Amino acid sequence: MADNFLLEIITPSRKLLSLEAEELTAPGELGEFGILPGHMHFFSLLRAGEVSYKSGAERGRIAISTGYAEVGPDKTILLVDSAMTEAEIDTGEAREAITEAEAKMKGHEEDDPAYKAAADDIEYAEARITLKEGPSK
Amino acid sequence: MPGLKDIQRRIKSVKNTQQITKAMKMVAAAKLRRAQENIEAARPYAEKMAELVSSLASMSSPESHPLLASTGGPRTGLLVVTSDRGLCGGFNTYLIRKAENFMSEKGSDNVSLSLTGKRGLDYFKRRNVQIIDSKPATSVTPSYESARETALKLIGLFLGEELDEVHIIYSRFESALTQTPVVQRLLPLAPEAGEREESGAEEGESTEVLYEPSVDQVLQNLLPKYIEVQIYRALLESAASEHGARMTAMDSASRNASDMIGSLTLRYNRLRQAAITSELMEIISGSEALKD
Repeated sequence: MADNFLLEIITPSRKLLSLEAEELTAPGELGEFGILPGHMHFFSLLRAGEVSYKSGAERGRIAISTGYAEVGPDKTILLVDSAMTEAEIDTGEAREAITEAEAKMKGHEEDDPAYKAAADDIEYAEARITLKEGPSK
Repeated sequence: MPGLKDIQRRIKSVKNTQQITKAMKMVAAAKLRRAQENIEAARPYAEKMAELVSSLASMSSPESHPLLASTGGPRTGLLVVTSDRGLCGGFNTYLIRKAENFMSEKGSDNVSLSLTGKRGLDYFKRRNVQIIDSKPATSVTPSYESARETALKLIGLFLGEELDEVHIIYSRFESALTQTPVVQRLLPLAPEAGEREESGAEEGESTEVLYEPSVDQVLQNLLPKYIEVQIYRALLESAASEHGARMTAMDSASRNASDMIGSLTLRYNRLRQAAITSELMEIISGSEALKD
């Protein structure tokens, strides 16, 4: 069995990542899951959160918003709305996003899709802050 | 018969026009390059998405999700993507003509329009058609947000059974020189019969896939997203096409202007020479007359 698999992270505006990875952890709709090479075919919705992977000596962490993961034995593709590496994250901007999304949430009923979208935005922004600054105490 | 001064003035004015068209061509070229980069960046996502949806849709029956099922009714929503600004050759004309053809095919009473781009709105608002909504096309980098808004609106109408079908007309970017207006069906999402068989055959070989949380939930989440992505891609293609069309149009305008300057300059020189000759003739004949 191969000891690594192709990991790709794709957003509508770019291909953020394409490399051979050995390990991947991602936030699935039903909880976090880990992927190792040779995983069975698997398709999951993704929540906003943090993806971490290991490729050789390199360990990477990426904040993602909601999306999809398609997993095969030798290939995993994450299709997400937006994703940022640690270097790209601007915590000030993320905090603003939270304030904005909270304001939006107030204007909508809880079963409105816009409410869910705002909640996802908050989760994404929080993931960015956590990734940059470490877990909040 | 225009005098020397008149011709001179015209040459000057054509030169000014040429400067403008040249500048516009340059700007369009720069924007085109950016728009092209955007398309290339969006392509992997859109393609992957299409792949996922077609494999999912072929596995599940049309009844499993309302966006897959066709109601068979005649009411059609048409999203027409045009540009905000003119001076881009036949770009908008072709799109509007295509839309008109489509409407007469479907029966224009059955079609309601959703317009992106001011040019389309300017044309259709004076005609007797139903317009659902309209918004300007943000020309260099269309935002995903705006595609999403349009998608949500159209999906809402489709699910609310106010529309039975949704199509989109936009200009597909082939190269800087060619852009083709295309009509594409967005909803219902049922794959074409041929596609279904093909992907079905592939599916037979591959192993079973585990869906989390469940196939239905995945579909519910993925299908609206797919529509968004399709519209987003159409906006990107349209932006690139617009700049391509403008570049070509401005290029030929600049060339026409320099042809015109050439012929006007020739006329100017001839006229000047004629004036000089006739002046000389007068002087010579005057002095000849004095000699005798």
